[in-house]
Amino acid sequence: MIEAEGLTKDYGDKRAVDGLTFTVQPGIVTGFLGPNGSGKSTTMRLILGLDAPTSGDVRVNGKHYRDHAAPLHEVGALLEARSVHTGRSAYNHLLALAQTHGLGRSRVEEMIDLVGLHDVAKKRAGQFSLGMGQRLGIASALLGDPDTVMLDEPVNGLDPEGIHWIRTLLRDLAAQGRTVFVSSHLMSEMALTADHLIVVGRGKLIADTSVTDFVEQASGKIVVVRSPQAEDLRSAIAGPDIKVVSLSPGLLEIHGLTAQQVGETAAKHGFVLHELTPQQVSLEQAFMDMTRDDVEFRTGDLKVVEAA
Amino acid sequence: MSAVAKVDAIPRLETRGRVTQAHVIRSEWTKLVTLRSTRWSLIVAVVLGIGLPLLFAAVTSSHWGGMSPHERADRHPLDIAQAGVFISQLAIGILGVLVITGEYSTGMIRASLTAVPKRLPVLWAKLGVYAVVSFLLMLPAVVIAFFASQAILARHDILQISFSQGGVSRAVVGGALYLMLLGMFAMAIGTIVRNTAGGIAAFAAIFFVIPPLLNILPSSWHDAIAKYLPDAAGRAIFSLTHDANSLAPGAGLALFAGYCALAIAVAAILLVRRDA
Repeated sequence: MIEAEGLTKDYGDKRAVDGLTFTVQPGIVTGFLGPNGSGKSTTMRLILGLDAPTSGDVRVNGKHYRDHAAPLHEVGALLEARSVHTGRSAYNHLLALAQTHGLGRSRVEEMIDLVGLHDVAKKRAGQFSLGMGQRLGIASALLGDPDTVMLDEPVNGLDPEGIHWIRTLLRDLAAQGRTVFVSSHLMSEMALTADHLIVVGRGKLIADTSVTDFVEQASGKIVVVRSPQAEDLRSAIAGPDIKVVSLSPGLLEIHGLTAQQVGETAAKHGFVLHELTPQQVSLEQAFMDMTRDDVEFRTGDLKVVEAA
Repeated sequence: MSAVAKVDAIPRLETRGRVTQAHVIRSEWTKLVTLRSTRWSLIVAVVLGIGLPLLFAAVTSSHWGGMSPHERADRHPLDIAQAGVFISQLAIGILGVLVITGEYSTGMIRASLTAVPKRLPVLWAKLGVYAVVSFLLMLPAVVIAFFASQAILARHDILQISFSQGGVSRAVVGGALYLMLLGMFAMAIGTIVRNTAGGIAAFAAIFFVIPPLLNILPSSWHDAIAKYLPDAAGRAIFSLTHDANSLAPGAGLALFAGYCALAIAVAAILLVRRDA
């Protein structure tokens, strides 16, 4: 469990993280979504105590990360920036980390097998490809069998097989009851793996919502209607927040109403409908709309949380 | 998704560990010995630390016949035996800087400080491991350098000095002690500067650049200041003779250790306070 409260970090006069308050729950995969530069990596550094917050507070499993007697058992982290000495082999890198907690070689070997680095474990990490580096980072993260797993852009540099492996791994970790917090700038990736979303933009919290809600909210408000009385229907549904586009004679695309609302209006007026179809907005589009203008995000229906 | 069936694939840990200073020392030992830069620097420190005195002893022996009495009087057996300390200090100092700055340049420091978020145990372990390793390697090196150079000189029956003569054993062992403290000093500088080039430059400035520059000062000032600088204080630890312009061995050791302690204290405060 990760609990952030009013978490804020300034670098010079640039505010990287701005009053973030959120809770990451165990047993599910929580996606940490935001465009590049929106403060995701900084937030993760604050969680690990690598950087100290300017104000606010963040706790992991009830304590500040620094106060845990065995931090690698509490949080396993893969940071976006490489955190491996390029001159040391993968095996020795993991061994040195394991030894800080009194863990031995057998645990290191288990992790190397888990991530499939067996053949290159004795090679210097500086010679690793991006994908191998990510696997080594994941091995480091899981070394301490942590209750909370935090991965920053884990699919970066992985091939399709590796991406599939990560998705399965994240699901498995959550199924074991762990807290899984994984960042990405790709909505489509999160839609496949995450149960819950924390969306940030320019360091501020934009949304804290389940993926299901996000998808429903994002795609439920555009409806395509085919009707011989299209123009009459258009006048009947007119309103301040409603936009109607005429796609072709007798075919309307209505923004701002659900299919149910359109259907009921049509019935009330006795209009004949030949088609009534809710449109799926691409998640990527919804995410981009949401983060384009983080503070002035206008849709009232999404659970929008504006930071203080 | 269907992944639940594969949960067993992620091995659980039977017994949980915890961070202790002893565990961190073990980890830092692994880190030190698993890098090539360590091996090469230490090999250079030991091989040149022994080799250079042997070379000087051989050259002195072969030229002894052609030397003027004045030149001969200028040669001291301990200077020959300890010539290696001056070359070893470069390797020990640079490695001392690298042990910590190498973590910053590669990003390893993030992994280190994530595993040990209280941070100070990492600094203590690094300092302790490096001090023990450098002392245990350099002690035999300076002793071998002494006896081997004496053996070469003995064949020509020149410049003999006994290890049991007053101050000689202290000066020889002092060479290893000086190198150990110098390594710790360099590591503290590296921790403060966090950058390899900058750390080595700062180390070189303190030990090799600033001291000769002080010759520009009026000699009364120079004499008053120079013996209290780190390099001169350190040299007093392994010098046989002392005059008005140098400190006694004990005072030199105390002052040099004091400089080290000061540098380490600054390093420790910055390590804890700064963002990694």
